[in-house]
Parts: sequence; structure tokens; C-alpha cells
Amino acid sequence: MNTLKSMVTTLKHELQPALLITKREVRDQFRDWRVIFPIVGLTAFSPFLMNLTVQQIINFVQKYGATLVADRMVPFLLMIVGFFPISVSLVISLDTFVGEKERGSIEPLLDSPLKDWQLYLGKLLASTIPPVVGSYLGMIVYIVGLLFRDINMPDMWVIIIIFVLTTIQGLMMVSGAVVVSSQATSVRAANLLASFIIIPSALLMQIESLVMFWGSSINILWWFILGLLILSFLLIRIGLSHFKREELLGREIDVLNIKWILQSFWQSFTGKAKSFWKWYQIEIISTIKQMKISIPITMFLILTGFTIGWFLLNQFPIPINMPTIDEFNKNIEFLINTDFLSGGFTLKVLFQNLRVVAMIGLLGFLTFGIAGTFPLLFTTAVIGYLFNLLTVNGLPAAYLCALLLPHGIFEIPAIFLSTAAILHASAYIVAPVENKTVGEVWIEAVAFWLKITLGISFPLLFLASIVEIFITPKIVLFFF
Amino acid sequence: MIKAHNLSKRFGDFLAVDQANFEVRAGEVMVLLGPNGAGKTTTVRMLTSIIKPSAGNATIAGFSIIDQPAEVRSRVGVLTEHHGLYKRMNAEEYLDFFGQLYRIPSTIISKRRDELLHQFGLYDVKRKRLGEYSKGMRQKLALSRALIHEPPVLLLDEPTSAMDPTSARMVRDAILQLRSRDRAIILCTHNLAEAEELADKIAIIRLGKILFFDELSTLKEKLIGPAEYLVKLSEAAPDWTYQNTNNSIQLESSTLYELKFSVPHSETDAPILLKSLINDGLQVKEFSQIQRSLEQAYLEVVRDGFTTDTE
Repeated sequence: MNTLKSMVTTLKHELQPALLITKREVRDQFRDWRVIFPIVGLTAFSPFLMNLTVQQIINFVQKYGATLVADRMVPFLLMIVGFFPISVSLVISLDTFVGEKERGSIEPLLDSPLKDWQLYLGKLLASTIPPVVGSYLGMIVYIVGLLFRDINMPDMWVIIIIFVLTTIQGLMMVSGAVVVSSQATSVRAANLLASFIIIPSALLMQIESLVMFWGSSINILWWFILGLLILSFLLIRIGLSHFKREELLGREIDVLNIKWILQSFWQSFTGKAKSFWKWYQIEIISTIKQMKISIPITMFLILTGFTIGWFLLNQFPIPINMPTIDEFNKNIEFLINTDFLSGGFTLKVLFQNLRVVAMIGLLGFLTFGIAGTFPLLFTTAVIGYLFNLLTVNGLPAAYLCALLLPHGIFEIPAIFLSTAAILHASAYIVAPVENKTVGEVWIEAVAFWLKITLGISFPLLFLASIVEIFITPKIVLFFF
Repeated sequence: MIKAHNLSKRFGDFLAVDQANFEVRAGEVMVLLGPNGAGKTTTVRMLTSIIKPSAGNATIAGFSIIDQPAEVRSRVGVLTEHHGLYKRMNAEEYLDFFGQLYRIPSTIISKRRDELLHQFGLYDVKRKRLGEYSKGMRQKLALSRALIHEPPVLLLDEPTSAMDPTSARMVRDAILQLRSRDRAIILCTHNLAEAEELADKIAIIRLGKILFFDELSTLKEKLIGPAEYLVKLSEAAPDWTYQNTNNSIQLESSTLYELKFSVPHSETDAPILLKSLINDGLQVKEFSQIQRSLEQAYLEVVRDGFTTDTE
């Protein structure tokens, strides 16, 4: 009990300076008409506009009996009402560090005994509270408007999900904006970089609205909430890891130094190697050795994906008219005889596989590894599902193995290593690195992933596509 | 109180501070003089643990700027180049905020805050928004912020810039008062008259290197020769000749009513000289040291890159 009490006291003591920063900044923001006006304006105006819109839509769709659209429009517009104040108030978060730097008021704070995390947390909270409060107010006004207009209210559960989703989405956007603000050289640069937050968030909202309109259950949005929560955590971690007082004061000029970027990349990519073979011997081997944590995690993901896929058959069974092995073989022979399995098709297979690897990189770097695992997870889940489906319907497991493994022994390690590399690279971005800027860390992370992808995955996928077209069918026909 | 040993900072290829060595004891003011871009602000930022040195170290009140940044910051009061006030706050709120950041009990904050506001003539405008303050008022408030936690070490970057003469006088008096309260003070300034008035020690920095570090009198003596004394006589002494009993004192020039002496060890030799003149029967009306400007010495150092042992 005493230990708990002392822990709470210590926590309060440590949090106090951060909360002081928050209090001061929130008070300051609410004294600024440029902040108050949009929040109040959006809170007062947009909910009424949305109430009117939803009323018109309901009247319109009810003429044609499309009441489902009307039902789903009400919570969708609730989400939109919540999103507006957050996106507008993002300017507060973008200003939080770099704005103070430009006004010269950051240095007295840096001179004070505040710890880095206290300063960062204080500013993060100060940037989160006004937009979230604005969102809540807007959504409450919208709901009250629904009551006044006698429009059917969504379920309380749906309202809770949308409030939580809006809060987490706000947190994620603000966390991203604060990272931008702590690393940007000027407010102008920070505002320009904000599009990297607003555009993906708007795209995400489109996906969320798809789920709301066409999804079988709105509960799927909890997965979005979980993903956004992890992403917010990672963004906060990145911000804290790379928050350096010296960097904040030191950066003065917005110059894109392409020469430096290319030089740094090349240095990280080639490392100590002097020749192509040495690059494989030294760099690739040492890069693989560095993935001693991400490789077991990726293995776990493969097993998880396969298991999920396997058990999904119970939930989503597909009734199929199962062909026999002979029928399968006839189809394969037909493909071989018609020259369908040619060099051109090999390139198509290779291109498809390369697209998957590119997706791993793109999604991985955008979401700090989270979505980078999706291609592997989905692929293994599909394999698990198919394995279960086909074996349940009487196809021997050995036949399936013959269909998949000859090229799979190249393809699976290629995707596996690329996924493990994106996890390692993302962890490197998120973790604190002494004496390195965010830019340097990103360049090294990209170089790390490309070393594995270009050095191992691409050659393996090239081999896999040749084997898949020219060897796998023959092996199947030879054994069965 | 402040000790710097081979303190260096490199930004890429640029060496901003190169092996700075100095020591400032309690009750001393060290003036850091140098042209723009010489490395003064970088030195101050290293001493507040905002910037990590590339080499060397320094201690503030016994705490290392590298290993104990929080302890260092809580013992240093800094007046930054830009006053950096929050324009929508008032002076009371502003000082309270910083007092709380330094974890000072609220009763002490309000007492200390009111003392400082009185001292700098801001008490009557304590509820006015800081955006409405004049430049001088802002500077005085920024100085109050630096003093709110009564730090034993003060680092002041251009404390009287943008101030009218009355306010500047007020700040200088405050600095002298703070020195007498056993604080170690580093003052960066371009104002040589101010430096001359306040400095116990002078460090002249150029291109990141400390070219000179010593006491003000030593600086002048090394660069513009020994102290000179002017003797004015009420009666002419045409037959008087100087009997040079002390080899170090030299008669530089003489007229019927004026004599000019060079006195290298002025503290000991000046009284001896005066006594001998009176003993010789001269009617001494005035005996005074000729003021030599720091500007002259400073320009000489900066121009010629004068080097001396700064250890």
C-alpha cells in the first residue's frame, strides 16, 4: 500500500511540470481569437449544417425506401462533425515547438530544469485538449440537433465507438503534428508537412466510412481504434526519442540537401563493402544478424496468419464442387500445352510478387511497421484457409505441398525477410538514437530495408517466378 | 562556481567554440566579449546544458554540464538573446509560471515575484499583457525571470540591449548588487563601457577561440601599456627634476603645471610616487589615473588575434 502511495506521489511529482506547461498553453490558446473563432465556429456551425444535411438525405432516401442509407448516414455525419475541429486545430499542434522557436520563447523553457519528456508531454496534451474538446462539443451539438429534429438516434454503442474513434484519431493526428513541429525548421515548413498527416487521415476516414456504410458490423471499427492507438503510441515514442534540445535550437534553414541524402544513403547501403561480392559477404550477413528479434516475431506472424486462416473456414465455409487430382492435372497439362506458362507470364508473376514487397515497404514505413506486416499476414491466412478448405474436401496435403512448395521455398523466405526487415527498420526509427537526426535515422532505416529487399528478396522472387512457371507444374505432374 | 575546461563545440565542419578555458568564482563577473558569431551564445548554451559539448567539460556549482544537466539548469539563471515572453500573459502570471517550473513554493514565488517587479519598476504594470510592454520592459521582465529562483550562477546575454539609459542603469545596478551577493555571473555584451564598469574578468572570444582571459586591469596593461598618472600642480616648479628612485616609475612628459608618469604597478607604486612628489615640495593640486578605454584594448585583441595563456 505504501509502495503504491509513494509511486503515485512520485508520478504526480514528475507529471506536475508537464501539466504546468499544458495549463499555460491551453489558457494561452483560449485567449487567442484565432484559435477560439474556428473552434467555436465549427462547433456552432458544422453540427447544424450536418443536422440539416441528414434531414434532407433522410427525406430523400425515404421516398425510395432506402432507410438503411439514412440510418447509416446519421453516425457517419457524427464522425465528420468530430473530424472538422481536429483537422482545423492541427495548426496548434504544428506550432507547438517550432512556433515557440520562431518567437524565441522556447529557450527559457529549455533552460529550465524540465526533462525532455515533461516538456514534450506537456505540449502534446496542450495540443490535444482544444481539438478534442472542440470535437466533443460539435458532436454533442449534433446529437442534440438530432433530438430536436426528431431524427432517429444511432445506438448508444455506435455513439460510443464514434466518440472513442474521434478521440484516438485526434490523438494520432496531434501526435504526428507534434513530431513534425519538433523537427521542422519553421512554422511554414511544418504547415506544408501537415499534408502528410491530413491526407492519410482523410483517406483513413474514407475507409472508416466504407466500414460504416457497407460493413457487416460497426464493431470492426474497434480494430481501427486499436491500430490508431498503436500508431499514436509509436508517434509519441518517435517524438520523444528524437526530441533534442540542441537540434531544436540548432536547425535554422530549410534546405533540402539531396546530395547529402544520397551520400548518406549510399554510405548506409554499401557500408564497408568495396565490391558487390564483399557487399553480400559483409553487409548482407551483418544486416541479417541484426534482425535477431524481428525474425522470430515474423515467424510468429506467419503461424498466426496461417492459424487464423485455418480457423476462418469454420466461420466462412465455401461450398465447392471439389475437382479430383486428375482434373487438376488435366488443367495443368492444358496450361503447359497452350504455352500459357511462358516467359511473359513469368514476368507477370514476378511483377505481382514485387508489388507485394513494395507494399510491405510502403505500408511499413507509413505506419512504422504495423501495416507492413499485413501482406504477409493476409498471404499466410489465405494459405491456411485454402489448406483447410482443400484438405477438408479431400485433396491430399501432399498434393497441395507439391503445388506450393517448389517455388514457395524461394517466395516465402523472400516475403518473410522483407517483412522482418521492415519491422527492424521501423523499430530503429522509433527507438532513440544518440547523436543522429530524424533524417539520418530514416535514411539508415530505408537503406537497411532495401539491403535485404534488393539483396535477398528480389533475387529469390526472380527464382520463385521461374520455378513457379516452369518447374512446379512438372513436379506436380511427375509425382501425381 | 563556473569552471570550463577545454570546452569545445563543433557543428559539422564548423568549430564554434575551440577549447575554452575559464573560471568564474562566486562574487565575480566575467564579461564575454567578441564580435557577432564569435561563439558567445554557443558557450552560454553549453553552460546551460542545452547544447552538448563536442569535447571538454564544464562545471556549474560543482555539477557537470554533461552528466548532470537537470542540476545545472536548476542552478543557472539565463537571460537569453531573445527575451522570449508570452505576449498574452501578464508579468505576474509569467513569473509565477517560471517559479512553478523551478518548483518554488507558491508563497515564496509571490514574495520573490513582487520584490523583482518592484526592483525593476514593473510592479505597477504587473497586470498588463506582455504584448503591450516596451522592449526595455520586456528585457527587465526577462531578467526577473532569470532571477526568480535565486540562482547562484547567472548567464546574461546582452542584458541592457534595447534599453533606455535609465533602465540600463537600473539593470547594471542590479548586476552589481547580485555580484555582491556572491553570485558568479557571465555577461555577454558588445557594450564596452558596460563591460568596463561591471567586469572583474574579461574573456575575449573570436572565431570560437578565447584569445584573452584575465582581469580587466591586466588586459589593459598587456595591451596598452602600464597605468599612467597625471599630476597637476598649483604652482610651477621649473627647477624640479625627477629623482628616479623607483626604476619602474617613469616620467613620461612634463610641463610647468603638469607631469605625466607611467606606473606599472599602480596599486603599490602610485602612493609612493605621490608621497615622493609631496616630499619634493611640489604643490600637488590633482593626482589621477589617466583613463584608457577598454575599446582600444578590445579592438587590438580582435584585430590582431592576440594570444595569451588562458590557463
